[in-house]
Amino acid sequence: MSLLSLRALSVTLRERQVLDSVSLDVGPGELVGLIGPNGAGKTTLMRAALGLIGATGESSLAALSPEARAKAAAWMPQAREIAWPVTVETLVALGRLPHGRRPGPADRAAVDAALARMALEPFRHRTATRLSGGEQARALIARALAQDTPLVMADEPIAGLDPAHQIATMEVFRDLARDGHGIIVSLHDLGLAARHCTRVVVLAEGRMIAEGPPSEVMTADLLARAFHISAFHAETADGPVFQPLRVIR
Amino acid sequence: MTRLYALLVPLVVVLCVVSLTTGPADVGMAESLRALFAGGEGPMTLVMREIRLPRMLLAVMIGGSLGLAGAAMQGYLRNPLAEPGLIGVSGSAALGAVIAIQTGLSAAFALALPLMALAGAFAAVLILLAMAGPRGGSLTLILAGIAISALAAALTSLVLNLSPNPFAANEIVFWMMGSLADRSMVHVWLALPFMALGWVIFGTVGRGLDALTLGEDAAASMGINLVRLQWGVVIATACVVGAGTAVAGAIGFVGLVVPHILRPFTGGRPGALLLASALGGAAMLLASDIAVRVILPGRDLKLGVLTALVGAPFFLHLVWKVRRERA
Amino acid sequence: MGLRATLVALAVLLPSAVAGQGHGGALRPTGAVASDAAPERPRRVVSMNLCTDQLAMMLAAPGQLVSVSALSTDPRSSPMAEQAAGYAVNHGRAEEIWLMEPDLVIAGSFTNRATVDMLRRLGVPVAVMEPAYSLAQVSDLMHEMGRVLGRAAEAEAAVAAFETRLDALRDEVEARPRAAIYHANGYTSGDRTLAGEIIALAGFDNIAAEAGYPMGGVMPLEILAMADPDIVISGQPYPGASRSEEILGHPVVRALRDTAVGAVLTDRDWVCGTPQVLNAIEEMRDIRRRMEAE
Repeated sequence: MSLLSLRALSVTLRERQVLDSVSLDVGPGELVGLIGPNGAGKTTLMRAALGLIGATGESSLAALSPEARAKAAAWMPQAREIAWPVTVETLVALGRLPHGRRPGPADRAAVDAALARMALEPFRHRTATRLSGGEQARALIARALAQDTPLVMADEPIAGLDPAHQIATMEVFRDLARDGHGIIVSLHDLGLAARHCTRVVVLAEGRMIAEGPPSEVMTADLLARAFHISAFHAETADGPVFQPLRVIR
Repeated sequence: MTRLYALLVPLVVVLCVVSLTTGPADVGMAESLRALFAGGEGPMTLVMREIRLPRMLLAVMIGGSLGLAGAAMQGYLRNPLAEPGLIGVSGSAALGAVIAIQTGLSAAFALALPLMALAGAFAAVLILLAMAGPRGGSLTLILAGIAISALAAALTSLVLNLSPNPFAANEIVFWMMGSLADRSMVHVWLALPFMALGWVIFGTVGRGLDALTLGEDAAASMGINLVRLQWGVVIATACVVGAGTAVAGAIGFVGLVVPHILRPFTGGRPGALLLASALGGAAMLLASDIAVRVILPGRDLKLGVLTALVGAPFFLHLVWKVRRERA
Repeated sequence: MGLRATLVALAVLLPSAVAGQGHGGALRPTGAVASDAAPERPRRVVSMNLCTDQLAMMLAAPGQLVSVSALSTDPRSSPMAEQAAGYAVNHGRAEEIWLMEPDLVIAGSFTNRATVDMLRRLGVPVAVMEPAYSLAQVSDLMHEMGRVLGRAAEAEAAVAAFETRLDALRDEVEARPRAAIYHANGYTSGDRTLAGEIIALAGFDNIAAEAGYPMGGVMPLEILAMADPDIVISGQPYPGASRSEEILGHPVVRALRDTAVGAVLTDRDWVCGTPQVLNAIEEMRDIRRRMEAE
């Protein structure tokens, strides 16, 4: 069973092709890391997959009705908007909007579970707009989790988090994947991608130039091609260690 | 939340009764209410049913509508400074109404008055959304609003000055400041259908406004149809502000003050704020309309004077707050 | 302008500003203060106020009056519109009036003060007349107009004719109907106004006095409804539309006006303190007699 299926997905913005014929399948149990330099098309790929921007080719999600899509995939945009001073609990509960008008026990359970997963219990009654940037990001991730969808897509969810919360968040995603969800996250931390993702998708200039398990994909050659960097890479008893070293021209 | 309604609903009811029993005709509360409900031949029945009842009803309808429109526009633009009066929507509605009256359109066809006012409000909301839409900041919104207000006020004055009627030119202040004096049931019936349509549409936007708290992308991914939401807010705002302004002139600040005060009590959720603001707006306009009759009974003190006295300092306070938060 | 000059100007302005609260444009002479250094018998007279226009047209010698205000040629506001059509028309602007080379300008106290001052600075004598609030003042006005025009004898004769006709209109009335004068914006005229005297003489009681508005003023709709008058007399609607006049179509006013004699309107005969008011009194007397007959 596939949670997301893209076939030759292409996006042209202002006469410039920003996404060029990407085909991809994501199934349950996968934590897919979307990596690539700035402007490679990571955000565009996810938004086009969700049907938020016009695209050619096929996306199984974009083909759904908005209501059905909201139950199939949750989306955490990169812009961390919280327009009004709502409590963290209220914010997370917004994720339940696609599930009907009257909040019931199932909704409360989903909110509680999301708060617990993101370790936000102590913040439950705090005003979200007064939290720190990292805390807000975690609350917004919890909001996406509360939507309780088979697929979760998050655009740079760990940017701006402290190291502990970066690791904890990636572990949350990995746990979710183990529970049978499919997760797609874009991220710039190649070390975390290498350690936690079951699969990485490398984008450069709108094209998917590689995909597969991190140990197979993140080779010196590919890093040089996609990111223009060299890196230290070793397999340790604690798992893979990956550290970018210098820029190469 | 329940406690908020337990406070607002009785407040509105009490203010309605006070509004019905306030007036220059010196008659006791029991007697005036008896004249209203039981009727009878005396002049008091005429006073209650044709003067005070429409005045009270219009205060509730227009106040509620302004509260609703303010809450909805703020929710949609995600900006606490959005308010129909401040950003020129009411002024443009007044222009439409004045044109309908001075061209004789409203005399030929009664519904032309609210319809033209609605068209004015609609145009203003559209221009504002085009200029300051969801991605524009407070500054764009306020600047566009100032330009629209100024243009609408100038054109309204021009139309009234061109009128062959010597009284017309003196009525600029009515259209800019609003008043419920000497309105009749005719005005209630004229405004009601459009307002009712607006209320029904506002009833459907709450969920979308809640979702918009997280931004457009997140809202869209939660199944919210943003196009439908935008047209809902635009059409409903034009309906309620247009109909209200057509019969009572432009009344500012209600849609600013009321949502601002009530927001903390509704948990900050824009959807929940809608109904609360409707009740709060009704209460504020009822109170203002009672105050203009008590403070200066002999003169037609304009409602907008009172709402601005309360609202303008609030507005400054909000500007200050927004500036501090975004700095 | 120095402080002293300002104070003097204020002293001159204030009484007329207070008088300006009243209704109607009827005129009352203010005596010698107003007409400065005018010739005994002016030969080129310009009148710039609807009411002074009428008195001047009545009393001036042929050729003596050269111009009247534009308002006087409008049959809606002027009972002497036909006659006024024979004169040059002015719009109350200092420049156009000065170019007419008048040796006397007659203005009302509602005339723009700046225009009057400008004409005086240009050396044109200006006679300013204030509004009248009673029938007795109509005679005074005619005397005053005769004096400034150097036509005292003609004025004497006109006053005599006016007073004879006025006396003939005084009726013994047994049951005086209760009337309300109700204009745009809810403005009522009390007993101590020209309109009030017109209806009093025609045999009506004015509810404005019992409601506490002897001089007139804005009377709320509720007070009107509670007073429940037998007849509501209102102003003629102006062309175009206004919210101010909308009150006259309010269901409450309509219910009160819905009497056997129908809607009664004041017209151009009520506006000025001139012998034209006799027509207004006659008309109101006829209406009262019709009401008695019902």
